[in-house]
Amino acid sequence: MRARLLPLVAASAVGLLALTGCVANATGSDSAQAALTVDSSADACTVSAAEAPSGNLSFTVTNSGDQVTEFYLLAEDGLRIVGEVENIGPGLSRDLVVQLMPGRYVTTCKPGMIGAGIDQKAFTVTDSGTDVTVDADLDARIEVANANYAAYVRDQVAQLLTGTQAFADAYLAGDDDTARALYAPTRAHWERVETVAESFGDLDPQLDLREADLEEGQDWTGWHAIEKDLWPADAEAGFAAYTPEQRQNLATLLVADTTTLNEKVQDLDFTLSQQTNGAIGLLDEVATGKVTGEEEFWSHTDLWDFQANIDGAKVLYAGVRDILLEEDADLAADLDSEFAELQELLDAQRVGEDFTLYTDLTPAEIKAFADQVNALGEPLNQLTATLVL
Amino acid sequence: MTDATSSDSPTADGPDTGAGPQAPRGLSRRGLFGLAGVGVAGLGLGVAGDRAALAVAASSAQSNASTVYPFYQEHQAGIVTPAQDRLHFAAFDVADGTTRADLVELLQDWSVAAAAMTAGRDVGDYGSVSGPYDAPPEDTGEALGLPPAGLTITFGFGPTLFQTAAGVDRFGLAARRPAELVDVPHFPGDMLEETRSGGDLCIQACADDPQVAVHAIRNLSRIAFGRAAIRWSQLGFGRTSSTSTSQATPRNLFGFKDGTANIKAEEPAAVTEHLWVGASDGPAWLAGGSYLVARRIRMTIETWDRTSLREQETVIGRNKGEGAPLSGGTEFTEPDFELAGRADQPLIDTAAHVRLAHPSQNDGIRMLRRGYNFVDGNDDLGRLDAGLFFISFQRTPASFTAVQLNLARHDALNEYIRHVGSALFAVPPGAAKGSYVGAPLFA
Repeated sequence: MRARLLPLVAASAVGLLALTGCVANATGSDSAQAALTVDSSADACTVSAAEAPSGNLSFTVTNSGDQVTEFYLLAEDGLRIVGEVENIGPGLSRDLVVQLMPGRYVTTCKPGMIGAGIDQKAFTVTDSGTDVTVDADLDARIEVANANYAAYVRDQVAQLLTGTQAFADAYLAGDDDTARALYAPTRAHWERVETVAESFGDLDPQLDLREADLEEGQDWTGWHAIEKDLWPADAEAGFAAYTPEQRQNLATLLVADTTTLNEKVQDLDFTLSQQTNGAIGLLDEVATGKVTGEEEFWSHTDLWDFQANIDGAKVLYAGVRDILLEEDADLAADLDSEFAELQELLDAQRVGEDFTLYTDLTPAEIKAFADQVNALGEPLNQLTATLVL
Repeated sequence: MTDATSSDSPTADGPDTGAGPQAPRGLSRRGLFGLAGVGVAGLGLGVAGDRAALAVAASSAQSNASTVYPFYQEHQAGIVTPAQDRLHFAAFDVADGTTRADLVELLQDWSVAAAAMTAGRDVGDYGSVSGPYDAPPEDTGEALGLPPAGLTITFGFGPTLFQTAAGVDRFGLAARRPAELVDVPHFPGDMLEETRSGGDLCIQACADDPQVAVHAIRNLSRIAFGRAAIRWSQLGFGRTSSTSTSQATPRNLFGFKDGTANIKAEEPAAVTEHLWVGASDGPAWLAGGSYLVARRIRMTIETWDRTSLREQETVIGRNKGEGAPLSGGTEFTEPDFELAGRADQPLIDTAAHVRLAHPSQNDGIRMLRRGYNFVDGNDDLGRLDAGLFFISFQRTPASFTAVQLNLARHDALNEYIRHVGSALFAVPPGAAKGSYVGAPLFA
């Protein structure tokens, strides 16, 4: 067990070199030794030392060859990956930051990204006395969290599909009141998993494009095109309500694209860093689109979306909160309280089952939302660093 | 003085070359040799001491402050001129009731004043402090004692100067309007504000001292009162591109080096092909000129700062530390867009900014970019109103449109930026001494 896969989703550790400053070895000793360099050339994989003390280690991997290379830190068996950096172009450097327990490891490089890796060498981590706690169940728990999140996404998209069908039916039947009532609650399912839904190339623009995002001559489809038709009060002078044929087209496409989305989310997998960064992504959706009132330009139902984005971020956070409690209880407490404060602000704008329209918010209320989103954003930023390392 | 490179070199002997006799203001003749291209153009006077580039320019720490770029030359200065550190840009609308003769007179007055200020002199016959005691000074005076600081002043003509949106030909210029001088199209994601877009005339003032640039716009707008008024203006505090191989590539507010592949003054063939309007391109009055596109690009830096380094580098397509393309090498290595990594995915993402903006992905189109970082306070939500004031010069606006359309459609960076201002100007060629900028248009 001593050389278990600690960097969790190993590949995710690659992008975390910025974190070296935050994870300085608590003992303060040997910090110079904790930073190693690796030279990956055409035929050698030279590590600056064959030994290092346990705790946080950084490997700065420089590719001095002329092919794309990778660096691997393997368990003693030479098979299990403990840490890796991939896609290092010729001449470039990239850092691998890992937390290592005492034990024997193997280092190797893979110029050209094929084969078993060249110049395999033993690498020993000595006991520095630093407490490197490892939960043997961590892998399993992360897997559960990832599976749970995938199930959540599937459930939300399934509900989105059902809701979209009902919305489209009402819109086509000319029952605009019902369509307007269904608009925001149905979109909430989209907004809860927005960062996932957005990851499917063409579907996002087809379903969720705003009018300002169009290029000249481009057809406008999706939720916001229908939104403008249902709430024409703010439309430009001369805006004509859509013809039955236009309505038919838009509604049919909306349902068809949502059906496609539903098919695509059926076999999704998530990594831990995708989960933690997904929470940040949802928060950024709030910061750029909802706090500014740009998302629901015609219906002004931005707070519904706001709540749904936060719902989705909370689910992502809740999935990893148990793990975080063990790694950094203070951070968990911080996140708990910032989420709660944001929810308080939202709750204050509830009107029965609905929310205040964006246009009815005061500038001070909007500013308070923006500030709290930033307040939550900073501890959320640390979540990835804390969990993935 | 036939090619862009030589015509835009600073004069080694100070203001005498282009601007005639004068009383230099604060212009030290010591250390004026070899000012061009020693890598010091980026040094502001007051901060020279703590810039790494100082080491490069150890021969004369003062040299860039004393740099003078002549106003009267074949092409207007401020285009291939090594990008100065500071910008003050202003768009003007011509006032109602201004006649063609008034407009010509304004351009004449502006040219005289610009020649004086770029040479490091005050505006007017008496300047800041030598006039009649009971009259307001001709020059506003805040540049007294400051060196010329490499000031360049570049003038441009907007589409509405030739014909208003309502189709009115105020100055008898409609027939001389280049066919290409029309507003650039709406691009996906554009959120343009009327009050930050368009304009009949523009002035780009660049200098290595912010007060020198502001002094230029202030005095030129004062001269224009009654004939033209500022429509919008923009300060830029740090250049984001290099227009000479002697300059290091600076960073934008995302913390990345961008514009590494800019057209450089030292590439005369590229300058001729991509930058200057040719004699057969359109109206003769514009030959030797160029087109200036300005875009105020707001960056949502708070959101950007929450993204992982992996995402940031993927979006840009370069590494953050050195600015090398993710396909390898150093900053100036050509990106290899084919080189694949794990799972046969290209090392430079298909939506990476460096890929989509690269000439090889845009039918060989190149532009000379001359943008500046800005931070204009904050918005109502407490977010910094920060971004890039993009300026590009090109032989035809179609170059900008093609590249921008490609970026607006696909660039991963779009998630973190929004274009809020836009303007296009025809930049006439430089004026001969004794004449004025734009004279051929009115001939």
